[in-house]
Amino acid sequence: MPLDLIASAFGPVQQEYLLEARQMQAMSFVAHIPLVCFGVAFPALVVFAEWRHHRTGDPVYRTLARRWSKIMLALFAVGVVSGTILSFELGLLWPGFMATFGDVFGLGFTLEGFSFFIEAIFIAIYVYGWDRLPPRTHLLTGIPVIVSGITGSFFVIAVNAWMNNPSGFRMENGEAVDVDPWGALFGNSYLAHEMVHMYVAAYIVAGFLLGSIYGWQWLKGNRSRYVRTALTISLTAAAIAAPVQLIVGDWAARTVAKEQPIKLASFEDLQETTKGAPFDIPPGIEIPDMLSLLAFHDPNATVIGLDSVPPDDRPPVGIVRASFLTMVAIGSLLAALAAVFLYVRVRKRRLPESRWFWRAAIAAGPLSVVALIAGWVTTEVGRQPWVVYGVMRTEDAVTGAGGIPIGYATLAIVYAGVLAAVIWILRRLAARPLEEDAATTTGGSGHG
Amino acid sequence: MAEIPIVLILVGLAAYTVLGGADFGAGLWELTARGERGSALRDHTHRSMAPVWEANHVWLIFVLVMAWTCYPEAFGSIASTLTIPLFVAGVGIILRGAAYALRAGTTTPREEGAISLLFALSSILTPFALGLVVGGIASGRVPVGNAQGDEITSWWNGTSLLIGVLAVATAAYLAAVYLAADARRIGSDDVAEAFRTRALVAGLVAGALAAAGPFILSSDAPDIYDGLTSGAGLVALLASGVAGVAALALVVTRRYGAARLVAAAAVAAIVAGWGLAQRPEILPGLTIDEAAASDTTITAVLIGFAVGLLILAPSLAYLFRLLLTGRFDPATAPQPGPAPADAAAAAADPTAHSSLRTTLITGAVTALGAGITFVSNGPLRSIGVALMLGGAFACFLAVASLDEADPPAVPFPTPER
Ligand code: HDD
Ligand code: HEM
Ligand code: HEM
Repeated sequence: MPLDLIASAFGPVQQEYLLEARQMQAMSFVAHIPLVCFGVAFPALVVFAEWRHHRTGDPVYRTLARRWSKIMLALFAVGVVSGTILSFELGLLWPGFMATFGDVFGLGFTLEGFSFFIEAIFIAIYVYGWDRLPPRTHLLTGIPVIVSGITGSFFVIAVNAWMNNPSGFRMENGEAVDVDPWGALFGNSYLAHEMVHMYVAAYIVAGFLLGSIYGWQWLKGNRSRYVRTALTISLTAAAIAAPVQLIVGDWAARTVAKEQPIKLASFEDLQETTKGAPFDIPPGIEIPDMLSLLAFHDPNATVIGLDSVPPDDRPPVGIVRASFLTMVAIGSLLAALAAVFLYVRVRKRRLPESRWFWRAAIAAGPLSVVALIAGWVTTEVGRQPWVVYGVMRTEDAVTGAGGIPIGYATLAIVYAGVLAAVIWILRRLAARPLEEDAATTTGGSGHG
Repeated sequence: MAEIPIVLILVGLAAYTVLGGADFGAGLWELTARGERGSALRDHTHRSMAPVWEANHVWLIFVLVMAWTCYPEAFGSIASTLTIPLFVAGVGIILRGAAYALRAGTTTPREEGAISLLFALSSILTPFALGLVVGGIASGRVPVGNAQGDEITSWWNGTSLLIGVLAVATAAYLAAVYLAADARRIGSDDVAEAFRTRALVAGLVAGALAAAGPFILSSDAPDIYDGLTSGAGLVALLASGVAGVAALALVVTRRYGAARLVAAAAVAAIVAGWGLAQRPEILPGLTIDEAAASDTTITAVLIGFAVGLLILAPSLAYLFRLLLTGRFDPATAPQPGPAPADAAAAAADPTAHSSLRTTLITGAVTALGAGITFVSNGPLRSIGVALMLGGAFACFLAVASLDEADPPAVPFPTPER
């Protein structure tokens, strides 16, 4: 079969349910990404707790590390299956995209596959190896889990960075030719900020969510050392990450301004190209020159407006703008909360005592998830109508198969069930008596 | 060059059938494990599988990503035509994973029973659906293009059903052999015998299905039938048959370890036979050469693969060594934690806690890095980011290791709630 025939077999199709396909993809990401935050950040916190136990001999750290490692494994299992769904969906929903560009970005996923292997292997050894491996060895088996969590997200983000800022190939008759997969994935000016921003986000989300759970117990009056130690570790991680995120977010915005001006314009719904563009904060506060300052660190810089491209090439501005503002607002609140925490922790060597602090800390967990999702919506919806920015439209990527609404509804029901199940299991695990994890030796079954 | 990735894909598929298949089969056997004794079987199944199922599952991911990277058009065609069984397999995988995680939280037998039923059903559904997919491809029902094949008959046909059922039976068989071996290692002889019986039943069923295979293929998928009954394809088919019978004989004589290896060889042979029979086409009218990505991409993938393998192989070996030498078994003597004397020494060690000075220095480094990141572009910014992240990491260590001000008012462990 000649090459151009193959390419034309993946020409545009009629797909009534493009919007549903997009929503289905989005829903699956919303399920996967918060779990992934635990896959990235949790191992480091668990290993830290275990290391503290080795360092101080204090049994509370050991109990904490054991307890957390079981939660980590349960969340990892759900992360694995939700990630598998994403891999399936790339083919099921976007065969046009995969057929045309699979060879450009696929290398990223191949490398990611190895990283998952390592993560799955060592997470099992770590969790099932408590009391079964010499203590030092056990601690060391935690390191590959941390590293592969980082590399796993690195390779996926490389793919996403490429979709937003594609390079490393040339289009000819609808085919990608002259493919340079290494350059496409790793020589990309989007990769660094996306990776760092996501990585820091993972610590914010995992830290504040743990903070919500233990903060709730604190408010109910449980000030045990176990709760205090859990709060100290998780909130310290989140509180250091939150202010850093402001700087990284600024870096992200500056890169977007340079490479995806239309996305940037939709952050502010900027219609016309403007020198010294202002920034509106709802409701109706306008800060002059602020957008220029934000995007280029120069109040007089010219910001490209939406009208520089035909309406067909603009993203759904309302959604992008709302999500961007949500992320920035939450990010700023989290950083303020973090400052309070760090001050009390360092100056007074204890946890904050004000009830207001704890109410805010409980809210911070869910809010950080909202910021995370809002950030991805900013990136992904802001890229629309392109699936590969400026090269392939989402409508040309979609499958020609029928039944998308049925798949969407089914998956929605399944995920609702999984969400309920995850909450149930976490409550159950938390309700177990601590002594189960406190014992130096567990004569009984080594699994949980 | 164009054919190397497909060989790796088939190797991955065989590994997934053998290793992942045993996981699915283990789930299936939960259906037969009811009542008092059943609970012993279920516990055993669970203990054996829990440490490995995630790693086994990654083989599937491996097959998928290799396929879409190295044969993108073929992958797009398959995914868009065989949408329904692939989606069903995906849902089965979610339910299975959820059931796995849930089991850790069950307390009553009723809860456990319900979860185990969910686990069993999804363990049957998933390999069956994946078998339907393989059947659709092997019988040439996936035309090149976006959703160009029939939505239903592409996977609801003799070949697909044969392979779907065969996949379930093989999984059940492999699981039973594996679990029997594992039970004997930890000395649960009655559990081992229970799984031996199951292995024999499943082995006979799988054998009967495999024997019926050629009759179904000859009418439903003549191309693949021709390929499998001549030349190299025939050799592979015969090898698979011989290995299958030998594996069964080894189960009869209770040599489970050898039985596993030989059964794996039977699976590998039939997967290879499929590849040989279908060669040189990957989909009707599309040869492997035409479907393959450019040489640059394939080279890149192979380099990635080689480097990945260097790390993966020892890791996998370590996991399976721990598992097969019984390190995770309940009977293994636990390793003690740090001795109490050590603990006292460690607690008295003044460097076990960080100081305010370290905290402030690391905080300052983070702030300096943040400042550089904020004001600069290009290479200088990279330095800023590195300082900021390194500083933040050190700062976390320092702040989280600060001593608590008031000595613990509540001793540990404390009774909760
Ligand atoms: C806890 C999460 C979180 C918080 C507090 C923030 N962000 Fe964010 N943001 C994300 C989580 C996130 C993310 C992980 O969801 C995204 C999606 C893609 C990415 O690279 O990071 C993202 C994307 C993203 C983008 C789009 C990047 C692109 O399209 O490539 C910009 C411009 C910002 N962020 C800017 C900010 C600013 C100025 C923040 C400060 C207040 C901020 N973010 C806080
Ligand atoms: C690699 C990492 C990726 C991440 C983290 C990511 C993240 C997201 C998120 C969070 C959404 C939700 C947006 C919404 O709510 O509408 C989304 C939407 C979407 N993603 Fe991605 N994505 C990634 C890669 C991909 C890939 C490989 C595709 C393949 C085609 C893709 C296509 C889409 C599409 C079409 C939408 C729907 C956009 C819309 O609703 O307007 N993304 N993505
Ligand atoms: C197109 C988008 C994505 C696809 C196709 C995808 C695919 C997958 C798959 C198949 C797994 C299971 C691996 C296993 O079997 O162990 C997984 C898990 C994981 N993914 Fe994703 N993923 C996507 C987006 C993301 C994003 C945006 C991140 C991070 C920033 C991420 C990070 C991870 C991590 C760390 C894991 C390990 C499991 C865990 O910790 O929960 N993935 N993903």
